[in-house]
Amino acid sequence: MRPWHLTLARRKIVWAYIFLAIPIVFFAYIRIYPALFAFQMSLYDYNPLSAEQPYVGFENYEKLWSELGKRKSPTKAAFQNTINYVLLGVPVQLCLALAVALMLNEIRFLSTIYRILFFLPFVTSTIAIAWVFRMLYQPRFGLFNVVLQLLSLPQQPFLNSPQQALPSVLALVIWQGMGFAVIIFLAGLKQIPRTYYEAAEVDGASRWHTFRYITLPLLNPSIVYLLVLQTISFLRMFAPVVAMTEQGRGGPLDATTTVVLRVYREAFQSFNMGYASSLTVALFAMILGVTIIQLSVTSRRIN
Amino acid sequence: MDSITPSNLFKDEAPVRGVGRAEDWKYKVFSYLLLTLIALTMIVPFIWMLSTSVKPESEILRRNLFPVEPTMDNYTEVINETDLPLWYKNSFIVAVICTVSVAFFDALAGFVFAKYEFPGKRPIFIAFLSSLMVPTEMLLIPWFIMSSNPPIPAGGTWVDTYWGIAFPGVITAAGIFLMRQFMQGVPDELLDAGRIDGVSEFGLFWRVAVPLSLPAIGALSIFTFLGNWNAFIWPLIATTRSEMFTLPVGIQQFSSEAQTPWNLIMTGASLSVIPLMIVVIIFQRYIIEGIALTGLKG
Repeated sequence: MRPWHLTLARRKIVWAYIFLAIPIVFFAYIRIYPALFAFQMSLYDYNPLSAEQPYVGFENYEKLWSELGKRKSPTKAAFQNTINYVLLGVPVQLCLALAVALMLNEIRFLSTIYRILFFLPFVTSTIAIAWVFRMLYQPRFGLFNVVLQLLSLPQQPFLNSPQQALPSVLALVIWQGMGFAVIIFLAGLKQIPRTYYEAAEVDGASRWHTFRYITLPLLNPSIVYLLVLQTISFLRMFAPVVAMTEQGRGGPLDATTTVVLRVYREAFQSFNMGYASSLTVALFAMILGVTIIQLSVTSRRIN
Repeated sequence: MDSITPSNLFKDEAPVRGVGRAEDWKYKVFSYLLLTLIALTMIVPFIWMLSTSVKPESEILRRNLFPVEPTMDNYTEVINETDLPLWYKNSFIVAVICTVSVAFFDALAGFVFAKYEFPGKRPIFIAFLSSLMVPTEMLLIPWFIMSSNPPIPAGGTWVDTYWGIAFPGVITAAGIFLMRQFMQGVPDELLDAGRIDGVSEFGLFWRVAVPLSLPAIGALSIFTFLGNWNAFIWPLIATTRSEMFTLPVGIQQFSSEAQTPWNLIMTGASLSVIPLMIVVIIFQRYIIEGIALTGLKG
């Protein structure tokens, strides 16, 4: 029955709600309710294998706090490594990507081919390519050690060494994600009016000065956007560590484990789902912190 | 010279320009050298992957980059003796379910947020977008509990079903936001003219807004497909039987044996990566533009 007795405005309201019905149910039931449920679970000793799920208040958080205070614990290693991944990975990746974007921006010939090549790793399966890197890192037959030998340099243990494993995993992640940052930077560079550069050239500004006083400040929005996006993606690291470490355990000696890997192992291997939920709440808090910093930086820029 | 403007006036006079050119030339050579070097590091791992996939087992531990006796044995072994063809099918089905659903519902919701006024519009939109702030890792455990004891079918399970793998990704907040931005460009006059001609509200969406937004829907579809094809953590949790694994989960499981079957893993990786790479190369312009667009909006 056509609701002809409704005015056009009323009819549009009805249709808006009909169209949004499924998305509203989806977000309420699949996104918002589970997020609240995760908070709630972090207050319970939730184990799906046991008959009872007792309420324990903030015990899971107290446990998390005491684990972090210990001299050595898997949870502490997970948080420390995750912060190391962010602090090392984000700056290196963004500097590399910016350098590549600046070079790509000035050339015509072959630039599309370079762009595709830099971009390909980003669209390939992390698990597949992480296994390829794991093979490249192998002692004896791995490509990196073969190259080291050709250069008469000492062989390196890479993933087998507690000291080298984290940078080795990080190298893959930087390698894979660089193309994405290059594209964002290139789009940002295109937004800068050419006249600024022409004026700088007329004034006899050096390349470095042009970069320092024109490119860098005007690229600020892209830089902030990428800083936040990449920080969050490094905070959520999981797949590369699973693919590149023995049995996916984040070894050797927890040297590469991450917060999300800890969550996975606590929740789905030890079934300590309450404790694992408190870890995800901590992860959420970290990501929220990054987002809030971004919002304050962005709004300051507008003011 | 047809007109004299300040800019071309300077071009002919300024002596800086000449010096700049000579410098430019050196800078360009340097750029090409460096870019080529980086480009090489981008493709060498893929070449290594492909070459290992055609190496006989006896050559795996040798240090040659290219196989002495190339063979397709790894491919026949992977296809005939592992579940990889099933993983392929599963990945494809899940990615298609999510892509079709995202393209439809994200476009529809984006259309509503762009073109309709209704009470509660802002809070609903903000609620949708705020879900972006919650990392999916936080939802994994609730989703798993939900999957083990779902509302429909009562007493059944979503574990090891296509729906169980796909459901978290069938509508996305980022996609709705993108579509809303794009649909705001659909002229209101066109929609009103359609209303006068008696086109239904869904008809306006389907026959006016969607055709005008095809580039954005296309870019969104490609991203959604890629993202779901490569998704790992949720499919890892949502599947327990090898027949229901997706490709990344399956490749990860190859290693569970005592010795790492490098040749089989590289074959699986090649099969997973190569078809998508071809798709990406064909659509690279749309993908790169789509990413750049989200970056500028963000």
